[in-house]
Amino acid sequence: MSKNPTLLEVSGVSVTFDGFRAINNLSFQIGSAELRAVIGPNGAGKTTMMDIITGKTRPDTGKVTYGRPGKNLLKMNESAIARVGIGRKFQRPSVFESQTVFDNLIMALKKSRSPLDVVFYRRDDSDVSKVEKLAAEIGLADQLQRLSGELSHGQKQWLEIGMLLAQDPQLLLVDEPAAGMTPEEREKTTDILRKAAETRAVVVVEHDMEFVRRLDCRVTVLHEGAVLAEGSIDHVTQDQAVIDVYLGR
Amino acid sequence: MERSFLIRQPSVLIFIGLLALFTIGATILSEGFGLGLISTSFIKTLGKTLCLCLIALAMDLVWGYCGILSLGHFAFFGLGGYMIGMWLMYARTEQIVINSLANAPLPPTSGEIRDAIGSQIFGVVGGSEIPTIWTFAHSFPIQLTLVVLVPGLLALVFGWLAFRSRVTGVYLSILTQAMTLALALYLFQNDSGLRGNNGLSGLQNIPGASNVSQDTISIWFLWASALALGLGYLFAAWLVSGKFGSVIRAIRDDETRVRYLGYSVEAYKLVVFVITAVIAAIAGALYYPQAGIINPAEIAPIASIYLAVWVAIGGRGRLYGAIIGAAFVSLISSWFTSGQVPDVPLGFYTVKWVDWWLVLLGFGFVLVTLYAPKGLGGLFDRLVRRQDA
Amino acid sequence: MFRILIATVMLFITALSVSAQSADLQTILQENSKAVERSSRTTISPILDALLESESTNISTLLENWQSKKLWMRKSDGLFFFVENSDADPIELIDIESNEVAGTADKSDLKELRPNSGVRAVMASTLVRFQLIDEDQIQRTNALTAIERDPDESHLDVLRGTIADEPVTAIKTRMERLERLLTIRFDKDSTARVDAITHFAGDTNIDVRAVLNPILATQIKTAKEIPETENVAQRLSVGNGITHDAAYQLLVDNNLAPQRITTKARDAALVANIADGKIGGFDVASLNTEARRIEAYQALASKESVPPFITEEAAQAALDAHVFYDAYIEQDSAVTDAARNTVRSINTRVGAFQVADLGLDALSLASIYFLAAIGLAITFGVMGVINMAHGEFIMIGAYTGYVAQQLIPDYTLSLIVALPLAFVVAFGAGVALERLVIRHLMHRPLETLLATFGISIALQQLAKNIFGTQARPLTSPAWLDGAWVYNDIVSISYIRIAIFVLALLFFALLLFILNRTRLGLEVRAVTQNPRMASSMGINPDKINMLTFGLGSGIAGIAGVAIGLFGQVTSELGSNYIVQSFMTVVVGGVGNIWGTLAGASMIGGLQKIIEFFNPSNTLAAQTFMIIFIIIFIQFRPKGIIALKGRAAGD
Repeated sequence: MSKNPTLLEVSGVSVTFDGFRAINNLSFQIGSAELRAVIGPNGAGKTTMMDIITGKTRPDTGKVTYGRPGKNLLKMNESAIARVGIGRKFQRPSVFESQTVFDNLIMALKKSRSPLDVVFYRRDDSDVSKVEKLAAEIGLADQLQRLSGELSHGQKQWLEIGMLLAQDPQLLLVDEPAAGMTPEEREKTTDILRKAAETRAVVVVEHDMEFVRRLDCRVTVLHEGAVLAEGSIDHVTQDQAVIDVYLGR
Repeated sequence: MERSFLIRQPSVLIFIGLLALFTIGATILSEGFGLGLISTSFIKTLGKTLCLCLIALAMDLVWGYCGILSLGHFAFFGLGGYMIGMWLMYARTEQIVINSLANAPLPPTSGEIRDAIGSQIFGVVGGSEIPTIWTFAHSFPIQLTLVVLVPGLLALVFGWLAFRSRVTGVYLSILTQAMTLALALYLFQNDSGLRGNNGLSGLQNIPGASNVSQDTISIWFLWASALALGLGYLFAAWLVSGKFGSVIRAIRDDETRVRYLGYSVEAYKLVVFVITAVIAAIAGALYYPQAGIINPAEIAPIASIYLAVWVAIGGRGRLYGAIIGAAFVSLISSWFTSGQVPDVPLGFYTVKWVDWWLVLLGFGFVLVTLYAPKGLGGLFDRLVRRQDA
Repeated sequence: MFRILIATVMLFITALSVSAQSADLQTILQENSKAVERSSRTTISPILDALLESESTNISTLLENWQSKKLWMRKSDGLFFFVENSDADPIELIDIESNEVAGTADKSDLKELRPNSGVRAVMASTLVRFQLIDEDQIQRTNALTAIERDPDESHLDVLRGTIADEPVTAIKTRMERLERLLTIRFDKDSTARVDAITHFAGDTNIDVRAVLNPILATQIKTAKEIPETENVAQRLSVGNGITHDAAYQLLVDNNLAPQRITTKARDAALVANIADGKIGGFDVASLNTEARRIEAYQALASKESVPPFITEEAAQAALDAHVFYDAYIEQDSAVTDAARNTVRSINTRVGAFQVADLGLDALSLASIYFLAAIGLAITFGVMGVINMAHGEFIMIGAYTGYVAQQLIPDYTLSLIVALPLAFVVAFGAGVALERLVIRHLMHRPLETLLATFGISIALQQLAKNIFGTQARPLTSPAWLDGAWVYNDIVSISYIRIAIFVLALLFFALLLFILNRTRLGLEVRAVTQNPRMASSMGINPDKINMLTFGLGSGIAGIAGVAIGLFGQVTSELGSNYIVQSFMTVVVGGVGNIWGTLAGASMIGGLQKIIEFFNPSNTLAAQTFMIIFIIIFIQFRPKGIIALKGRAAGD
């Protein structure tokens, strides 16, 4: 994995909310085809970190560069960041419930995002087959014409992951994908994520150690807005500092 | 390949059919062309109602589909009216002036004609100069272009400012209301160049058609309004049926999520805002020649709120809902306030509908919001579905 | 030193009086008998001078009586007497020296002296000098007022003669001031005038400006060269200070250039020369452009049937040959310089006072906006709902005040009753609205906005149906009438002060409630995190109801205040609603400091814009709204925004 060129580089980032330092001089890198788990206790800054990468929060200091040549993400807004190839999945499933699964996926499909192109967009067979293929991958092939609001919780999570994959991003940020899922659903989610990580970078923020262990990847531990430890799951679980602040509770 | 949106949305064809039947029926029954069972003034009311349906359609697009509760679309409607009104008033005054100068010892120069028009139109606000904004008032094609351009540009600038700073929800509603108020207050001034609170009048007289009776002109406008509404409906249906419709509905439901899909939410909102502003302006440009007069009071914030009420009562997020709401509420309003509805004597008090209609409408609207959030259109849906079942 | 001065003056006066003690009044009048009988402006002066030189103590009485046509002449011997009652028979005669009865006479033997108005005016100004040294302080003050009202040259010496002897300091100061004003206007001595003018630097009273402004009056003139004698304010050049047309017209007016042929004159000449449908060889029908008309006129001119056009070159040459300048009508440049300096210093002061007055106006407008908006801010901040019927709660408060005044005739008492009553009524209406409508629309802010709008239409129409469409008066108690006046420029009415105090009171009260009471704590908890608050045993339902009631109640009280200000109509509230929204939005939601800041900004801004364009309040409001729309660009969350995560999205 050391031959893996760097895709995202976060360096020296700090952000303060009303005097509270949510992120404190945070630095780390993600390779271009890598599965990474980020863990840490509540308030460690996991969500804020994703907010910074996706352009929702502007840091007070630091740099965030992406791709080659490195683009400065801090100068871009959310939609521009999404267009350069960073996809984000929220903790709570957020799909467009008043529209069908098919429409949700078509909207996410990698295509021109400019209003003019979208007004005159007419779907062709290749788009339809792409959507059908994706739907099969996330197990929603027979649900395409259903309103997504009618799906079960797990199906909504998959639909959202499917929408992420439809965007065809280089970097996927996934926030607690397994929350509220049955064990079988978790199994399937793990497969989808690992498969995705073969061709792109996937960052999974997770609470559940079992799930992280199953992902079997490099782990970054955050604490008080900074990296506490990084390495394989076995490496970090044996780190004394990690045990003190997180596992040992 | 995708099937045509017309086939996927049978309601569009039904609506167009009904609109055509209505227009032809009204024409046959009118004084101008046929049986004379419907008075010319009522034909004008019907034509105006069609225009109101068109602006309601615009309101439904921007609010029902895109989630922007604009309390400013009547400003665009009014601006459209002003733009066409400028030509109507200028061209007609020009004819009058030329006729009256025909007997002068020297044939009038263009400057003299202009001066005479200026004092004729602006004498009422103590002016005689023709303001700069009337530069193109003599030209029908330019003024017609301005009907679209001026409101479109205002919507573009205002929308760009508002959406760029991510003002949403009730804040945005209030900001649009402020825009409307600012425009109305501006137009109320005598030196606004648009005759202050006198507004523009005599718009029912079409220049170059002075020997055509109002009976006939009213039919022309009925057809023009029907055509505009039909085209507007087709356009709106086409727009919302595709991926664009999908995206703007997604923006309505969760704009943050749409942003993370890579869509520039601001640009989409701006497009919808400007398109609907233009539709509203076209509706206004057809409405005011039928009303005959336009003044700044028409633009007051209250008008735009009524517009929202129509769409809410009709049922937003469905195009025919907006039409039903605008037609139903505006027609029933004019019926109640015309004094044709019999008073209700209660012995100790007589309920005069002219006085009590607004109370009824106000509370009725609250009830609709509370108990029928999908409006009359929602009830309509339920009926259709029951028959299907 | 001062004593010596007084002694000298006393001596001087005594000396004068001794030398003049030669004749008594009757003698003087007899000497000038003919002139007295038929006095005119010119003939009266020597007589008055002679009278003044006499030592008589009764001169003022004589002049007063003469002036009021009570001086009569006995035809038989030509002697003069006062007549108090000319209707009596016989008429009683009074001696003009001693004021004692000197006998009677038949009316046919008497002749009334009827001085004309010019003569009476001369007498009056002579009389003033007696009034100025009258024993009675009120007489002296009256005399000063009379001079101030109608000053004339002669008063100057009189005043100067009396100032030194004036015992009352206040009157003396006033005399000195008046003396300086008169000096500026009438003195011949340039230095004295300059001194007096300089003395008024920074004096903002209107009378000073009334005296100085005529000195600075100018007139635009033209000549080949500026004459030495002119006191030039400014040289003008065509295009800079004077337009081409105005400059040429000035030359015409001064007979320095020939009149140009105006369009009107040209057309009249053309019409006068119509012959057989042609003018100078041109068809009349073809003269429908300026160019053709000019050609036709030139054709006429070439036949010398009309005067030729003045060419542009000729006009320019005439302009070039002359200079244009703005000259003071006052010849003395030292005086105009001093006046200019003084006026500048006065204007600076006036400007400062105007700013102060503007500040007071802005403060009072801000108080009104604050009162109108604070209820809205509370409900918006705590519940996130926009209450479009807020304006109607203001209206309810105002009508409550009106009804209270109908029931209780005493205005003070009815006001004391109306304030809490308005609160209670509006509180009730607010709670009812919250229970019946808003509670069911939780988390649907746009629907809430529209539903409350429905309530707003209904309430407004209800008010029209109950109280009629005409405005109802809400009279303020007598002690609130009038205004606090600092000087000519700075003043504020008591009612505005009262509203300001009321606004301050509510600001303090709300700060106390929100920061120091249990209710406030719960309200803040619900504002910040309703779910957490409810899990800690706070009932958000109850809090919402109470806050909505509180916000509405304050609107009711604002209604009484606004009603006192103008009149109560059903549109009263809706006139303030947009401004209230602006106040809340600009200030920042959920924070009474924010509302205060918003109200101050909007009130201040509106007054400032009005100041620059006072004739047009509509434009002021337009510009203010545009400003707010732009302001929102830079601070979308208002002046005082909640920061960080608490602000949410």
